[in-house]
Amino acid sequence: MTTVRAAFAWRRPSVIPGFGPAMGFTLFYLTMIVLIPLAALALRPWEHGVAGVWKTLSDDRVLAALRLSFGAALIASALNVVMGVIVAWALVRYRFPGKGLVDAAVDLPFALPTAVAGIALATLYGPHGWIGGLFFPLGIKIAYTPLGVLIALIAVGLPFVVRTVQPILAEAEVEIEDAAATLGATQWQWFSRVLLPALTPAVITGFSLAFARAVGEYGSVIFIAGNMPMRSEIAPLLIVTKLEQFDYAGAAAIGLAMLVLSFAALMVINGLQLVAARRGSAR
Amino acid sequence: MPNTLNRPQNRRSLLKAGLAGAGIAAGAGVAGMAWAAPAPATLLNVSYDPTRELYKAINTAFAAQWKAKTGQDVTINQSHGGSGAQSRSVADGLAADVVTLALAWDIDALADRDLLAKDWQKRLPDNSSPYTSTIVFLVRKGNPKASRDWGDLIKPGIEVITPNPKTSGGARWNFLAAYAWALKQPGGNDAKARDYIGKLYRQVPVLDTGARGSTNTFVQRGIGDVLLAWENEAHLSLVEEPGKFEIVTPSLSILAEPPVAVVDKVVERKQTRGIAEAYLKFLYTPEGQEIIAKNFYRPRNATIGAKYGGQFPKLPLVTIDGQFGGWRKAQATFFADGGVFDQIYKPK
Repeated sequence: MTTVRAAFAWRRPSVIPGFGPAMGFTLFYLTMIVLIPLAALALRPWEHGVAGVWKTLSDDRVLAALRLSFGAALIASALNVVMGVIVAWALVRYRFPGKGLVDAAVDLPFALPTAVAGIALATLYGPHGWIGGLFFPLGIKIAYTPLGVLIALIAVGLPFVVRTVQPILAEAEVEIEDAAATLGATQWQWFSRVLLPALTPAVITGFSLAFARAVGEYGSVIFIAGNMPMRSEIAPLLIVTKLEQFDYAGAAAIGLAMLVLSFAALMVINGLQLVAARRGSAR
Repeated sequence: MPNTLNRPQNRRSLLKAGLAGAGIAAGAGVAGMAWAAPAPATLLNVSYDPTRELYKAINTAFAAQWKAKTGQDVTINQSHGGSGAQSRSVADGLAADVVTLALAWDIDALADRDLLAKDWQKRLPDNSSPYTSTIVFLVRKGNPKASRDWGDLIKPGIEVITPNPKTSGGARWNFLAAYAWALKQPGGNDAKARDYIGKLYRQVPVLDTGARGSTNTFVQRGIGDVLLAWENEAHLSLVEEPGKFEIVTPSLSILAEPPVAVVDKVVERKQTRGIAEAYLKFLYTPEGQEIIAKNFYRPRNATIGAKYGGQFPKLPLVTIDGQFGGWRKAQATFFADGGVFDQIYKPK
């Protein structure tokens, strides 16, 4: 009895009251909303054994789709990091007429049903659309190509970066900038040695959120992608296609592969964040 | 048979409802209202993509007729989407009293899951298909690329719009119509037909998931030269965008029989078998057939067919049973994983 208590004692988590109920609720909630559905997904694909899962995942078409989904998500979130920081910077540092509107517009991709965004983008970037029409004579097709997939993923991911970076930028007080300047720092030194380290964790979080969202995005991409096998077919579409043929095991196999890949990617990103944080505190 | 099984239950609940009604009425002191209209009924019709307009008209007409006949109000909710997707929703538990899908295979899949009797297709006349349709070409006004028959579609520079046969019922009819044409060419055989179908799908720049999606790509977004379309969908596009498109009837096409069925499991639970069956039978009445013809589906009724004959040109039509040995076989050969359709996109 005493040994059990001792085993617990070293892990006594917190002296703040209410730990029991709060932790209990957290575990219950996560189990119901996240863990059980994911466990069900993890159990589903093995109907035809490991060989069945391997057969599904080693199919050229599935591999092409996974490559497209993860590749485009990676590029889209990387672009969003650059663009998102600029947008956040503009919103935090400058006052201009209509700022409130611009600020609200950033959230639109959150609020719009993804299908609406997808149809709007497909119309705009199609060969006869306002923007697509400019590129089409140059031989560049945007909608119905992997480029179209990228556009859709950029659109849905942008708010994640802006909204995580914005508050950190707002807190990086102008006084610190002035202090750096009085100590003789150049603009570049101030940016690279004062602002960037403070911003990095938020940027990485924004990146990972945008990436995670983009990998699984279905609604908006489906309208602009063209959905051609081997070329512009995203992995979530293959899942839907398999479901519609009642191939639940195959669909779950792709789902599980996406889950594992996303999890691995997010682990790497978290690791980077840890490194960044350590470097920040060591300074 | 399930009908008779159901009856005592129905009677009991009717009795209960009657007693309850009488009780309330007596309590309120208005005995005359005890036999007011029966409780309103609700049906869910789970259908495929291009039938929105058809069933909107059918539902209004049927509800009026049912009200006049029985005094009961009925609301019929519609759900539309790719036929395969709709079938899966029902298999996964969407409580459809009736399904009206694009092809028999999608209802067979439900019968395989014991949602309705295996012999469902024999329960109503004409293979349970109160209307037929076929696959035609929709082209831009004046037919600038001169696409007159299936053979023209694989000429260089022609873009063909058709949905993904993995997810769309209409797309499977498109695929099989094209395949049947290639088979029937002089010296045609399976190898040549596969070659043709491979070339055809290389002219397709976008594979939407449903027929309505393809129509939007072609009509609204201006992509492609030829849309392979349900005849009814093609006519609808002519009505909605007058003067911009025309219909080309190919030299041969396929007889599409979109079937309808009552979902036994659902109507037994909801006790709606009577009204669900009446709803489907209404499709076969002259009134129903007239609405069908007005919505550009080919009616079964010969008189009404003759009346609207002008909009339905005669052309040789192959059938799924005659040419391809039925849906089960066609599905396995052409559309299952690794089938003929998948082979098209296999890298060489």
